[in-house]
Amino acid sequence: MNAPERSRSLFRFAAPHNFYPLAGRLAPWFAAAALILTFAGLWLGFFVAPTDATQGQVYRVIFIHVPAAWMSMFIYLVMAFWSAVGLVMNTRLSFVMSQALAPTGAMFCFVALWTGALWGKPTWGAYWVWDARLTSQLLLLFLYFGFIALTRAIEDPRRADRAGAIIALVGAVNVPIIYFSVQWWNTLHQGASVSLTKAPSMATTMLAGMLVMAIAAWMYTIAVVLWRARSMILERERHTEWVGAVLEREAQLKGGRA
Amino acid sequence: MKARSKRLMLVGGGVALLVAAVALVLSAFQQNLVFFHTPSEVAEGKAPTGKTFRVGGMVEEGSIKREADGLTVSFAITDTAKVIPVSYRGTLPDLFKEGKGAVVQGKLEADGTFRATEVLAKHDENYMPPEAAHAVEQASKAAATVSQ
Repeated sequence: MNAPERSRSLFRFAAPHNFYPLAGRLAPWFAAAALILTFAGLWLGFFVAPTDATQGQVYRVIFIHVPAAWMSMFIYLVMAFWSAVGLVMNTRLSFVMSQALAPTGAMFCFVALWTGALWGKPTWGAYWVWDARLTSQLLLLFLYFGFIALTRAIEDPRRADRAGAIIALVGAVNVPIIYFSVQWWNTLHQGASVSLTKAPSMATTMLAGMLVMAIAAWMYTIAVVLWRARSMILERERHTEWVGAVLEREAQLKGGRA
Repeated sequence: MKARSKRLMLVGGGVALLVAAVALVLSAFQQNLVFFHTPSEVAEGKAPTGKTFRVGGMVEEGSIKREADGLTVSFAITDTAKVIPVSYRGTLPDLFKEGKGAVVQGKLEADGTFRATEVLAKHDENYMPPEAAHAVEQASKAAATVSQ
């Protein structure tokens, strides 16, 4: 008897009017965690971690490059997951979540490509090469842009949600290709230093800095996506009574402060 | 509930079909997706030797020779099985070293030398402080003396 009640209490937050205040309460905590972890990670990466034997100081771009690249791939998979849930269950919040994730994913994807170019020039001798890893990551950026453009271009939100969900699901096929490209084909990009199947091939403090930065990227993403989802919910549900009540309450709070 | 499971099947089936299609396309284009060919592939005639292509491998120890003009360099790329002599005129990336990875782009001449127009250094996924690298080097040297 207990189990259904408990699950009901969790699924309660699938309703926008329950999710909205929860997201508002949680987001600042994730933002604070992101800030602290970013400082800790950058300090570890730039001051504690030793220089690299072959690359010297330039390898330190790894502390931004790798977390950004991981995040760009992971966010796309989460986007595809929420799109699938939305298509199957017809839940409004799922599509909001997938669209709230897209700009952050695109940002991380751009950061990964940009820092990668800056890293490539002094080490490989080229900003850009058309190897399988770089090309598939560029494709990911275009998939993000396509998803954002398509969902923004269609007026009817229900049709926009569905069209975007298809791009998200189709594009998700690209993510394992990015990840495994360095194993499947010979590429200029080196293989993974950290994976689930083998011991990490980097010094401990380097690894620590990179993982702390990765967790910081997670926290940042969660905070920003919760905030973005909140404003999307307000926009979509603007004709409902509860949004009217929320806006009125917030206007009163502001008026009281001023 | 029934409509929901039907939609689940549609979405799942669609994604599965797509994965299969992409897998087939990728395996069909396997040859074009590699960034470089290995010296062994070139020796077996698997590389597109008629036009510009890339060869990747290790820069053979002791093979780097600089010409008097200071710009022309010759070295050899090896995958430990086959060796390809390379000549190149231009600047080399900082990480270009003997015993390290490199990818060269250019054409294969009739005499078997590879005339490179671009040289890229390839580094591996190992990151360690210089002291650790030194220790690893010492250890492998020690292991080599023991095995002799």
